[in-house]
Amino acid sequence: MDPLILSRMQFGANISFHILFPTITIALGWVLLFFKLRYNATNDSAWMRAYFTWVKVFALSFAMGVVSGVTMSFQFGTNWPGYMEKVGNIAGPLLAYEILTAFFLEAAFLGIMLFGFRRVSNRIHTLATVLVAGGTTVSAFWIIALNSWMQTPAGFEIRDGVAHPVDWWAIVFNPSMPYRLVHMLLASGLTVSFLIAGLSALRYLYGDRSESMWKALRTGVFTAAILIPIQIFAGDQHGLNTLEHQPQKIAAMEANWNTGPNVPLVLFALPDEAAKENRLEIAIPDGASLVLRHSIGGVVPGLNDYPGNHPPVFPIFWSFRIMVGTGLLMLAVSWSAAFFLKRRHSLPKPLAMLMVPMALSGWLATLAGWYTTEIGRQPWLVTGVLKTADAVGPVAGSHVALTLAIYLILYVLLLIAYLGVLVHLALKAAKDGDSSPLPGVMNAALSQPAAGE
Amino acid sequence: MTFDWPTLLPLIFAGLMGLAILIYVILDGFDLGIGILFAAAEDAEQDTMIAAIGPFWDANETWLVLAVGLLLVAFPLAHGVILTALYIPVFVLLIGLILRGVAFDFRAKVPSGQKHRWNRIFFLGSVIASLAQGYMLGVYVLGLDVGPGGMAFGVLVALCLAAAYAAMGAAWMIYKTEGDLQKKAVRWLRTALVLTALGMAAVSLATPFASPRIFDKWFVFPAMLYLSPLPILSALLFLWLWRQTFHLPRPDDRHSLTPFLTLAAIFALGFAGLAWSFYPFVVPDRLTIWQAASAPESLAIILAGTVVVLPVIIFYSFYAYRVFGGKATDLTYD
Repeated sequence: MDPLILSRMQFGANISFHILFPTITIALGWVLLFFKLRYNATNDSAWMRAYFTWVKVFALSFAMGVVSGVTMSFQFGTNWPGYMEKVGNIAGPLLAYEILTAFFLEAAFLGIMLFGFRRVSNRIHTLATVLVAGGTTVSAFWIIALNSWMQTPAGFEIRDGVAHPVDWWAIVFNPSMPYRLVHMLLASGLTVSFLIAGLSALRYLYGDRSESMWKALRTGVFTAAILIPIQIFAGDQHGLNTLEHQPQKIAAMEANWNTGPNVPLVLFALPDEAAKENRLEIAIPDGASLVLRHSIGGVVPGLNDYPGNHPPVFPIFWSFRIMVGTGLLMLAVSWSAAFFLKRRHSLPKPLAMLMVPMALSGWLATLAGWYTTEIGRQPWLVTGVLKTADAVGPVAGSHVALTLAIYLILYVLLLIAYLGVLVHLALKAAKDGDSSPLPGVMNAALSQPAAGE
Repeated sequence: MTFDWPTLLPLIFAGLMGLAILIYVILDGFDLGIGILFAAAEDAEQDTMIAAIGPFWDANETWLVLAVGLLLVAFPLAHGVILTALYIPVFVLLIGLILRGVAFDFRAKVPSGQKHRWNRIFFLGSVIASLAQGYMLGVYVLGLDVGPGGMAFGVLVALCLAAAYAAMGAAWMIYKTEGDLQKKAVRWLRTALVLTALGMAAVSLATPFASPRIFDKWFVFPAMLYLSPLPILSALLFLWLWRQTFHLPRPDDRHSLTPFLTLAAIFALGFAGLAWSFYPFVVPDRLTIWQAASAPESLAIILAGTVVVLPVIIFYSFYAYRVFGGKATDLTYD
């Protein structure tokens, strides 16, 4: 096979595996801070039990994120040397600032957050939690800034064939950056709230009615119920921003072959790029015009305006629909669960059983969303500046294929182990309930009293 | 040579990158080394060994991200050339780092029956990552030579770097543990030191003979005179440390950090020698740091941030090490 497509698959596999874990740690850090602050305020040890259950998930997810992130930093060079040659002057500082302002902060204070509860004062431990949570968020800020710049580049000029920065403010806060950042942070919040709700529902199904389970369950369900409508609004705004700056992406997402007014909203279709038409189409008349232009006569860009310069239609048409569909399902599940928790103070068994697989709904929606926006940038690596095909390195296809196969096997095994540990931790917590041992006194010089003492 | 920004900035960044690599090799060296020594330890000892590195390894590995990051952002051309030439060893390194990084967490969280499996994976990952780093160093020293000779030399350096990391790990354990395990660590240190010395001698001899340019840099008068302290001091430190291993641990655990600091000093001397050999090239005999550097305005904006942030990073890293100072006890999430 050709090294270009293999390199794309390899990078896609790595970045897909990687994004699963930051998506969890970005928001989980803040949730842990919430648990910690509730404990500080109420002195209720159930909050601390919830903290200690979820801090283990955080530690494991963080480790998975770090090791897959290190992989990414090498792959820029091993697979895409042309990228840094062309836009290194812009991508470089953004990546450097991520490492300097976020990575070290997270890594240094993670140790204190995980293992330092009895070694530092409560205030320092809370501060360490704040710094780790803040670090993950700052990290997301820089990476989203760079990714958005690749989507909608601004603030630069080309001299001698190489991009040079002109206006750093315009580079960082490029047109799509604020929308993408908000969309991603909310996605992280939803992923974590569904993960917490789902694993707590699993504990519920196993008969766990402990206070720490209820606290985690309520936190997960109510956070999800609050975030999902905000996310739907933010996603819509992000879509309108894309319409303005990357119309060819919208045209492919909607599988709209011809520019014009009264464009229907396609619910189901098998887009056929060769024939330039949709097979088995089910559509709402004027729907796309209404959603995108807020009037049924609104003109929606079609693929005919971008011959040879638009992304592949089939994958992003479907990844977009998977994302939106998952989002709507999230809305239904989180609102009904919130209703039952608020009004009945219990959870119907079928709903709890649905919530368990929904624990991974955030991952599905996030991946589908990223596929939409990243495949939607093709054939460009940096829109209008650098084509993906021009950035690939000279490495032989066979090497890329071999390493890709091993990465894939490794990632599948690690995912199985990761999910196995999540279930194991949930079941263990379910078995122990409120009698799970809180950290005892381990060291001589301690600044923290054992919780509940 | 004129001292204007376009000349100075690549030089400063080469220095920063060298510093990041050196700190990485010393810090991640000891935790990789403890992974290598895992195979020789008993179950209960393994828990103590993990406790000796648990709070630190993540921050240690971040220095690798900074080093590669600086190569990527300051010398983008070199980043591409070096990493595409070392495609397979880099891949092996990454697999090793992935395996050991996740094994840290999995071994503590899986049902107890599966702990053994993750202990083995932790050992394997540490060995693989150390060997890959050594191999890459060997191939790089010979000017990215991937012929049979270069590969053989790479294998030699790989074994020696793994031994050097094991020595670092043992030295760190002398500092962080007590009792029988500490005595064991002293014996491990002695064995690993022999191989480390052998490796440093091999690299020191091979480097000048692999490249006439480097040969000329070392073996001309007066440079030879200025440089002679590097090998002589290294040899003296080796001999001194070797003798120390017969007297450790000292009563009241005095000087328990000395072996680690001595090894760190030896690493720094060896690194200075390499840096002198390759300067001004970032890709040996092909690209100088000025040819490979990013635009000065980009370097300037990174430098501005670095000057502010790096001292803060070093400060809070010290703080984190101090919080977990003293002998390692069982790690708990509290």
